[in-house]
Amino acid sequence: MSVLVYVEQAEGKFKKSVFEAVSYAKAIADQQSTSLTAISIGDVADSELTELGKYGASKVLNVSADQLKTFVNQAYASVIAAAAEKEGADIVVLSNSFSGKGLAPRIAVKLKAGLADGAVELPSTDGKFSVKKTAFSGKAFAITELTSANKVIALNPNAFGVKENATDAVIETFSADVKQSDLGTVIKEIVRATDKVSLPDAELVVSAGRGLKGPENWGMIEELAGLLGAATACSKPVSDADWRPHSEHVGQTGIAISPNLYIAIGISGAIQHLAGVSSSKVIVVINKDPEAPFFKVADYGIVGDAFEVVPKLIEALKAHKG
Amino acid sequence: MKILVCISNVPDTTTKITFTNDNTEFNTSGVQYIVNPYDEIALSRAIELTEGGKGTVTVINVGEAANDPTIRKALAIGADDAVRVNAAPRDAYFVAKQIAEYARDKDFNLILTGRESIDYNGNQVAAMVGEFLDIPSVSIIKKLDIDGNNATIEREIEGGKEILTVSGKFVASCAEGVAEPKIPNMRGIMSARTKPLNVVDAVDAEAVTKVTKYETPAPRGTVKLIPADQTESLIDLLHSEAKVI
Repeated sequence: MSVLVYVEQAEGKFKKSVFEAVSYAKAIADQQSTSLTAISIGDVADSELTELGKYGASKVLNVSADQLKTFVNQAYASVIAAAAEKEGADIVVLSNSFSGKGLAPRIAVKLKAGLADGAVELPSTDGKFSVKKTAFSGKAFAITELTSANKVIALNPNAFGVKENATDAVIETFSADVKQSDLGTVIKEIVRATDKVSLPDAELVVSAGRGLKGPENWGMIEELAGLLGAATACSKPVSDADWRPHSEHVGQTGIAISPNLYIAIGISGAIQHLAGVSSSKVIVVINKDPEAPFFKVADYGIVGDAFEVVPKLIEALKAHKG
Repeated sequence: MKILVCISNVPDTTTKITFTNDNTEFNTSGVQYIVNPYDEIALSRAIELTEGGKGTVTVINVGEAANDPTIRKALAIGADDAVRVNAAPRDAYFVAKQIAEYARDKDFNLILTGRESIDYNGNQVAAMVGEFLDIPSVSIIKKLDIDGNNATIEREIEGGKEILTVSGKFVASCAEGVAEPKIPNMRGIMSARTKPLNVVDAVDAEAVTKVTKYETPAPRGTVKLIPADQTESLIDLLHSEAKVI
């Protein structure tokens, strides 16, 4: 019995959300009085793999088969499930990232495991193994019991935090047979917007809505986000009107996020929008309508015109950063 | 080309979510049900890909007879026929098994779902169906083009996108961008009444998860309003009080 965590790499590096998943998996391993093994697939330097020990992984399985250099959902799932079986791991943890969302269900079927995706807390283990996960697009949480012997958990970004737990990580090469039939998808191109903070795992988010009046006015939003090191987001009407790309749309039918700080500018706060952002730790609302429903769920609010308030915020932030 | 689109019956997006029976059951009283919005995107793309006699679209739902009005909505949007697997959907594993077993011997070229259902927010069924059928699955796609036996797909990744190809049968879960959701017209609504809606028995399958309780988010305190002429103090509060910057 042990816990296995899949550590997703991007261009040979691990992101903060990976260290968070390792920290979370280590806490589960402690609950179960067992050890934590990590599995990495693709080209990652030993120095980067060793980093995983800092968060509690005592063993790191390194898979670097030629066919697995880039992400292939089906084959990666096979390798992770094979590693779980070989290690005798009955709990598999992943980050609930875009790739994690594709992998977790396949691993769950291979291991005949219950899957809790969008986990926000450590499992409770008083007789039943239950995981709290988001439901109804942020309007509620579902305490979900995993009734199977094997279990798969996909952790939401920013839900647990990164926790150091220094362990010496032993790196082992793990070779898995790759079936040709598992290689059905072929990546042709990866496009990364390198100058921007990725929205789903951003700690700070600056978001704007119809109150901005048009796409030409997003300069100040980008500037504010840039100064904060924040990701940019928008409301549904804005992405529907093609002022901003769909990938920035947060809300019930967009993506749900839970950053430490969410600044909403010129967004009224319809129930569908609130659903996607209500688990943000701190919410700031800037809106000229004092009756905007968003103020009811905000921690800080400024009733004022975005075109006056935002430039002042930018100045204040520049002064703050000195 | 034969396309199977999996649809969920979910509460309307404006629903205020409440629970009954000591927070162990979702309160369905007064709730309007709709086709899951992401499934509508998948359905709309399936219709576009088969328009002009290029193929057929079948929608499948796992649920009880109460779901029939939602299934008829999918037919009104433009699906050719529908299948309802007659069983209460116990969990994603159970539902995926039902869909996979229905599809196994039916020769569908493509199986589509929405990126997630807006009730349980799982993004599980598509990849599970792929695994049960041992065919590729691609989750959260933004673009789907088909040319004969080959598909080109754009998939979202953190901070960017991935463009990939796949040949032969596969499963994909669709997000915004794949298609504009189609709105049923009068002709569609009329013809939906007479299109086939076949009810089939469920296969034996287990559930591996069970929701034992629901919680609603803790209410937030009251908002601290900052006068517009003291905007700069917000930065101080975020730094020294909220400690987020």
